[in-house]
Amino acid sequence: MAVMTYREALNQALREEMRRDPRVFVIGEEVGLYDGAYKVTQGLLKEFGAKRVVDTPICESGFTGVGIGAAMLGLRPVVEMMTFNFSLMAMDQIVNTAAKLHYMSGGQFSVPLVIRGPGGPAAQLAAQHSQSMETYYYHVPGLKVVRPTTPMDAKGLLKSAIRDDNPVIFIESETLYHLKGEVPDDPDFLIPLGQAIVRREGTDVTVVAYMGMMYRALEAAEELAKEGISVELVDPRTLRPMDTETIIGSVRKTHRVVVVEAGAGFAGMGSEIAAFITEQAFDDLDAPVERVTGANAPMPYARNLEKLKTPTTEKILAAVRRVCNANGS
Amino acid sequence: MTTQAIEPRMELEQHLHMYRQMAKIRAFEEQVNELYKGAKMPGLAHLYIGEEAVAVGVCEALRRDDFITSTHRGHGHCLAKGASVNRMFAELLGKEAGYCRGKGGSMHIADQDTGNLGANAIVGGSAGIATGAALSAKMRGSSQVAVCFFGDGALGQGLLYETMNMAALWKLPVVYVCENNLYGEYTPCGETIAGEILARARAFGIQAESVDGQDVQAVHATMRKLVERARRGEGPAFLECKTYRYYGHHVGDVNREYRTKEEEREWMTEHDPLQTLAQRLTAQKLADRSVFERIHTDVKAEVESGVQYALAAPYPEANEVDQDVYA
Repeated sequence: MAVMTYREALNQALREEMRRDPRVFVIGEEVGLYDGAYKVTQGLLKEFGAKRVVDTPICESGFTGVGIGAAMLGLRPVVEMMTFNFSLMAMDQIVNTAAKLHYMSGGQFSVPLVIRGPGGPAAQLAAQHSQSMETYYYHVPGLKVVRPTTPMDAKGLLKSAIRDDNPVIFIESETLYHLKGEVPDDPDFLIPLGQAIVRREGTDVTVVAYMGMMYRALEAAEELAKEGISVELVDPRTLRPMDTETIIGSVRKTHRVVVVEAGAGFAGMGSEIAAFITEQAFDDLDAPVERVTGANAPMPYARNLEKLKTPTTEKILAAVRRVCNANGS
Repeated sequence: MTTQAIEPRMELEQHLHMYRQMAKIRAFEEQVNELYKGAKMPGLAHLYIGEEAVAVGVCEALRRDDFITSTHRGHGHCLAKGASVNRMFAELLGKEAGYCRGKGGSMHIADQDTGNLGANAIVGGSAGIATGAALSAKMRGSSQVAVCFFGDGALGQGLLYETMNMAALWKLPVVYVCENNLYGEYTPCGETIAGEILARARAFGIQAESVDGQDVQAVHATMRKLVERARRGEGPAFLECKTYRYYGHHVGDVNREYRTKEEEREWMTEHDPLQTLAQRLTAQKLADRSVFERIHTDVKAEVESGVQYALAAPYPEANEVDQDVYA
């Protein structure tokens, strides 16, 4: 195990997979000469050359489409979105082509493509740079959607995504790139897609969260422990396919659930999680599922408003206390 | 190698083959029209009748392992690249024996064996795939060429220009083939296309040419030149084929009030791709009427047997509904 940043873990994953498989290449804006807008691709051009680290014009739809065509024909492109907000420009290519091609062609063509880059709220980047884009993509059959919370997950999940034969939406975060953690050195270290992890065991309430929200939930869990409330933290890691089994298992143990997500709440991740918990474990619940979500508004710029829009540790604390005080038994 | 260098006999055989391909597409599409009008075919049908010389002239200039991407008006492209009539009809009728196991339909036919990367029902939507296929060919060091078919309607789409820009920057082996049939859906192209079409491609430094899309020999000769150039690593090209769709935007577009009957008649009688080639070969005393009649009899039989095959074929099993969502 080495200690490295989330950014370095991603870089190592790319490097190892590019060394292992000559079909893997990186394509996007500023990925080569500039070493990546967030330096995730640092040094790759130097090691692998311009043929495998392809700088593009600013044209998300175009280079995503090119990635799809290359993926259909024997290569394994990793497309970088400078931020995932820009992937909206490529939405037709991702949804109408990448996601549907395998099905639409009766299984003739596959699209082993990773589209990666940072997404979600950061720090006063305002409405067009702060969206939780996973909610747009996990609705689409044919796509897999990953949100890695730790450096170890970043590496293990990115490597699995690159080896997967399907289009994978892999959304990182500007706020986590500097975060340090332990990361296995083994070049074959993989975390399978579709596997949640219990980050903290507890008995009174299950909190489901990922990315920055997981760290706030951890903070809340430590605070709540002082009050005698034992929180179990579950991180889905992959949002589609979702590991419902691990979440349901935790609900059967704690009987109370809070789902935290940074994006707007309406038809969000929490809605889906609350729905399958109700379908599969209704009788195990002692309280309605609570959601702590971003406000149903675009992200404002002003610092005080940004905080109001975002799920904070305080809001998580309040929600957990509410479900724990509800008496359904 | 130029067309002149090919022996006359081989050249005649190729021209008769191209005639047969065009006749097959026309017979196929006439049958599609009948199936659709007889409520035996569901969904939407965009007929290729009138434009046969484009698909055939272009695809005859390609190798089997070269790639094409197709459009909503794509039956002609698929057949010209070598698709079987039986499996085409089966797909159109939503049968399991179809190219896409009945899950794609008229607007999504793909055929891996003939390098057909699929029809895309989004106007201009396959420009990314075609350009990516060319990037893959270049990266893998193969000598394959990709062709992107699209209509004049796609000239309004941004993706086309994004990909042409990259193809030019990276000298990719891709030929963008614009089938200019004068109407984007129901609107004359003069109302939707500003400036000059070829100038758009030339602005990227892409070799651009325009050809009579009703003259299969002209399409083929020009395309050969552009394909060989791309194969040699000299970069992308753009070919505008001036053509005409005899029917409406789709089968249900019967009144076609956006254009005149005189205009339609003129294209059908003065610029028909099959007649043009037959008359030329007859005038040159290279073939007589009986040769063409025999071709029509053959392709009609092939099409008729294809329809019967598809009508009798079973629908997909119920468990197919969520098969192949993921690889």
